[in-house]
Amino acid sequence: MTKEPLSTDATTQVRAGDTIAEFVSTSKQYGAVLAADRLSLRIRRGEFLSFLGPSGCGKTTALRMLAGFESPTDGGVLIDRKDVSKVPAYKRPVNMVFQQYALFPHMTVAQNVGYGLRQQRPRMPKAEIAAKVQKALATVRLEAFGPRRIWEMSGGQQQRVALARAIVNEPKILLLDEPMAALDAKLRSEMQHELLALQRSLGITFVLVTHDQEEALAMSDRICIMGKGRIAQVGTPQDLYDRPRSRYVADFVGKANILEAQLTRVQGDTGTATLANGIAVHPQVFAGDTAPRKAEIAIRPEVLSLAAAGAPLPEGTAALPARITHRTFLGDHTEYLLVAEGIGPLQVNVPRQAERVLGGHDVEAMVQILWPAGTGLVLAAEATTA
Amino acid sequence: MAITRRQARALLLTPAGLWYAALLLLPLAVVLIFSFGERSPIGGYAPGFTLEQYANLPSRFAAFRNTLTLAPLGTVAALLIAYPLAYFLALRVDPKWKTLLLVLVIVPFWTSILIRSYAWIFLLGGKGIPALLAQFGLEDIRLLNTPFAVLLGIVYGYLPLMVFPIYVALEKLDKRLLEAAADLGTPPWRSFLQITLPLSMPGVLTGSMLVFILLMGEFLIPSILGGGKVFFIGNAMVDLFLQSRNWAFGSAVAVALVVIMLITVAIYSRLIKRFGASRDDVGLM
Repeated sequence: MTKEPLSTDATTQVRAGDTIAEFVSTSKQYGAVLAADRLSLRIRRGEFLSFLGPSGCGKTTALRMLAGFESPTDGGVLIDRKDVSKVPAYKRPVNMVFQQYALFPHMTVAQNVGYGLRQQRPRMPKAEIAAKVQKALATVRLEAFGPRRIWEMSGGQQQRVALARAIVNEPKILLLDEPMAALDAKLRSEMQHELLALQRSLGITFVLVTHDQEEALAMSDRICIMGKGRIAQVGTPQDLYDRPRSRYVADFVGKANILEAQLTRVQGDTGTATLANGIAVHPQVFAGDTAPRKAEIAIRPEVLSLAAAGAPLPEGTAALPARITHRTFLGDHTEYLLVAEGIGPLQVNVPRQAERVLGGHDVEAMVQILWPAGTGLVLAAEATTA
Repeated sequence: MAITRRQARALLLTPAGLWYAALLLLPLAVVLIFSFGERSPIGGYAPGFTLEQYANLPSRFAAFRNTLTLAPLGTVAALLIAYPLAYFLALRVDPKWKTLLLVLVIVPFWTSILIRSYAWIFLLGGKGIPALLAQFGLEDIRLLNTPFAVLLGIVYGYLPLMVFPIYVALEKLDKRLLEAAADLGTPPWRSFLQITLPLSMPGVLTGSMLVFILLMGEFLIPSILGGGKVFFIGNAMVDLFLQSRNWAFGSAVAVALVVIMLITVAIYSRLIKRFGASRDDVGLM
């Protein structure tokens, strides 16, 4: 057996091993629209991967090319190292949970779940089908609902039926197309936990398409962020949050302040940059970055803190004079919107505990925004210019 | 003046109720009474109570036979032609052509069925298609005044009534169900049988019922294209009421037709219940 070369991306660590599916410079063009633009991505066996992005970013096209509903206009799609670009959906070893579920209205719950098994040729014995259907229904906690009609089921139950209908076939990859979009918030979070537990226990590779960043962060081993038909960045949720390469990713995953700056020096993984107001900060840089250049720095609101004007600064901390414009108390933290002199609007989140100890600040007060050395990130050069 | 819900309901139903009472129930009652009476010596109706007219029904066997073979046959033929057409219009055609093609399906309705049927007389008559076939050595082929001509005429006349209900059923079919079927391992031809066909059954049944009921009462097309040789129950009734003025016997024939229709509708609603059980938007009846 030949060994697949492992990913060279050392920052991502997942349980899973070799590659189960791969996009090889895959493009999909609809008329003048390039829905997928040279996607290259390896999906690892057993991982939970999410395609995340706004509508029209190409995430659904990517999923549909995996399912076989669309064939790429250029490049290939591999499943288990075989090019399946020309293989129709009904011959692919993957199953999908559809948005709005697409359950067959003229069949009972059990008939829906058993549908895939009944399609197998040579035919699977009826008793075996019944047993597998029952087991799949038990997995999604719908043991007693087999004889029910689809329209007798609630939205959450229908979604479980859709899940059972897919997993009963033991697919190599389970595809999920915004499966939680139609559920209310509480049900959605329940379903997320269940899906995750199910993925762990079945060991099937899950590929989820979603526009909900929290959903992607909560569930995925890795997230593939897409925009305008391209892959913006692939990484673990933490990786994407802590080290977004572009403004697009920094904005899409969590909140970020983005500041224009002049990068003057790079030393190891830290740089020195001069902000628009002339103050120097010391953010992290990506390996291989060079100075001097114009740069964008991303910094998360919770990394910054506030101090009264004139208060003494800790060693190595930069201070930006600013005026508070809004203060929103959100329980575990307080959100401050400020205008920093010479820079513009910034957001700072102060944890409740810190505010209890150090005291809060009033709207219109002049304060200092504290920027510790080694925080913030100079976005990658190629991403800034793009 | 305030009116109660009850009064409002009564008011809303009054026009239709009167309409049905005066134009459906009353005539039906009259026909039923007539059917037990006798022909008066000068024609028309003479009161009486006899089952003689019903006993006489077999004398019109040919009309019943023609109707009960050609009406179902015409329905099936129309269905076989309409389904692929409706399927093409609903699922295959480029949306920008759809409206135009749908209008083309209705266009024949803009001309009277009488005129269109007369056109067929020319097409099927001696100087029409048979003359053309004679050019190819197929001599002595008679088309006009045959059961085939009548079948052709009724399929032609009623096709749009079959196309539209099926088209509507296929149009609102959730196309993702077909993707789901493919995803679960079903090749296209099998997903047609397992998904598309069952889910379009309400349309098929509605269209079939519409066409079948109208064909059962048809008399125009058989009289034009059947030339008195292929006649329906409708022609028998025209003949009995207007020519031989035997209203009693004509009424018995009419009652027999109504009974056959009722049985058919009963079977239809059974089928609808079975096929349409999953949908709340079944059929017209």
